[in-house]
Amino acid sequence: MNLHEFLSIFISAVFIYNVILSRFLGLCPFVAISKETKPAFAMSAAVTFVITASSAVTWVIYRFLLLPFNLAYLRTLSFVLVIAALVQLIEMIIRKVSPALYRAFGIYLTLITTNCAVLGAAVLNIDMFFVKGKPVVGSFYYSLFQGVCMGLGYTLAMLIMSGIRERLEFCKVPRALHNFPIAFIIASVLSLSFMGFNGFKF
Amino acid sequence: MEIISAVAILGFLGLVFGIGLAFASKKFSVHLDPKLEQVQHLLPGGNCGACGNPGCFGFAESLLKGSNNVDDCRVCSEEIKEKIAGILGVSVGKQAKKIALLHCGGGVKARDKYIYDGVHDCVSANMVLGGQKACVFACLGFATCVKACPFGAISISADGLPVVDKDKCRSCGKCVSACPKKLFSLVDSSHSVYVGCSSHDTGKNVRAVCSAGCIACRLCEKACKFDAIHVVDNLAVIDYNKCTSCGECVKVCPNKTLKTR
Repeated sequence: MNLHEFLSIFISAVFIYNVILSRFLGLCPFVAISKETKPAFAMSAAVTFVITASSAVTWVIYRFLLLPFNLAYLRTLSFVLVIAALVQLIEMIIRKVSPALYRAFGIYLTLITTNCAVLGAAVLNIDMFFVKGKPVVGSFYYSLFQGVCMGLGYTLAMLIMSGIRERLEFCKVPRALHNFPIAFIIASVLSLSFMGFNGFKF
Repeated sequence: MEIISAVAILGFLGLVFGIGLAFASKKFSVHLDPKLEQVQHLLPGGNCGACGNPGCFGFAESLLKGSNNVDDCRVCSEEIKEKIAGILGVSVGKQAKKIALLHCGGGVKARDKYIYDGVHDCVSANMVLGGQKACVFACLGFATCVKACPFGAISISADGLPVVDKDKCRSCGKCVSACPKKLFSLVDSSHSVYVGCSSHDTGKNVRAVCSAGCIACRLCEKACKFDAIHVVDNLAVIDYNKCTSCGECVKVCPNKTLKTR
């Protein structure tokens, strides 16, 4: 466990393997809630929080429940269970603590349950920080940190997209491309540019 | 053996989460008035804010608190208001419906002074020498009001002017505040005559730039039997307290500036 490792996790999770633009996870809120910056930011904050929390909980469950009993093949099932319960819990807390935020999230908070970025992060942590069924040194902290970084990468992509789409409001977009089609085109161009971090392979 | 441990572990996880969630839902329970949902369901959901609350949900909340009454919603139909009042156990006061009016007849009839090729928006166009129209009071036709209307009641006609759909207009007043030229006003639907011009220029200057503007000829003043229309500062103004919508002024208006809806 050293600083160098954390830095490389940060760079790779935020830029090189950006969860939306390179790994193509969590695309539906990326297109649906990226029309304005404010809700986009709120959504990213919620996703970041859920990814971080679920990274921690899934790591504990995988290490202390699934591995000792040789049940690694059940990880997808149990992770989905964890994420669903976690989102429910967060929803209850937000509803109690901040009704305004709860209303702002609307249906999207519940939809994080089915956001594949969250499950993707949990599974990636397991793939990266467990070697032959044994956690590497500092595995838990790496998982937690990678969760935060994937959330940051998600936020970055959402903010870029919503910023562009806000400006797009003032442009003359051809009628056929209005709204979603142009968003898809922008998403693909953005994705291509993020692929650039990966370097070219011929 | 393996299947038993698999089932046991998953069952255990499910049980823990189930109990945890049940406990949390007790601890974080929020009491919601069942009336709130019923009222919110009946409200239009356009979140126009004309009632002074942040959206329809806020309005439903303040209705239950009693700080607003049902009539503050300008959007609901009378029928819906009755229903909401029924849920709340109060009676509804009657209010005449207002409809937005455009006080400009320019559009293609008003001359341009330059070709505008910037952002397709009235507020932006207005920043460049007051817009591309030669008349500084004229509608620019870039549909800022169309975008502002939450009910889709405004559309741009072939003349290049916004047209208000009487049935769809809910008098929320968004267009009144969105128009950079302040060309809209809300007038009771019982009044059918209105002035389709906002220009305070003299008749000669109006003629030079627009064929539909008020030239302050005062023919309407003379035609009105109720003393309801006067030319003030080179523009006809109708006093709706006196106007009977007889339409005499509309007949004599040379430029067809006075209109009926």
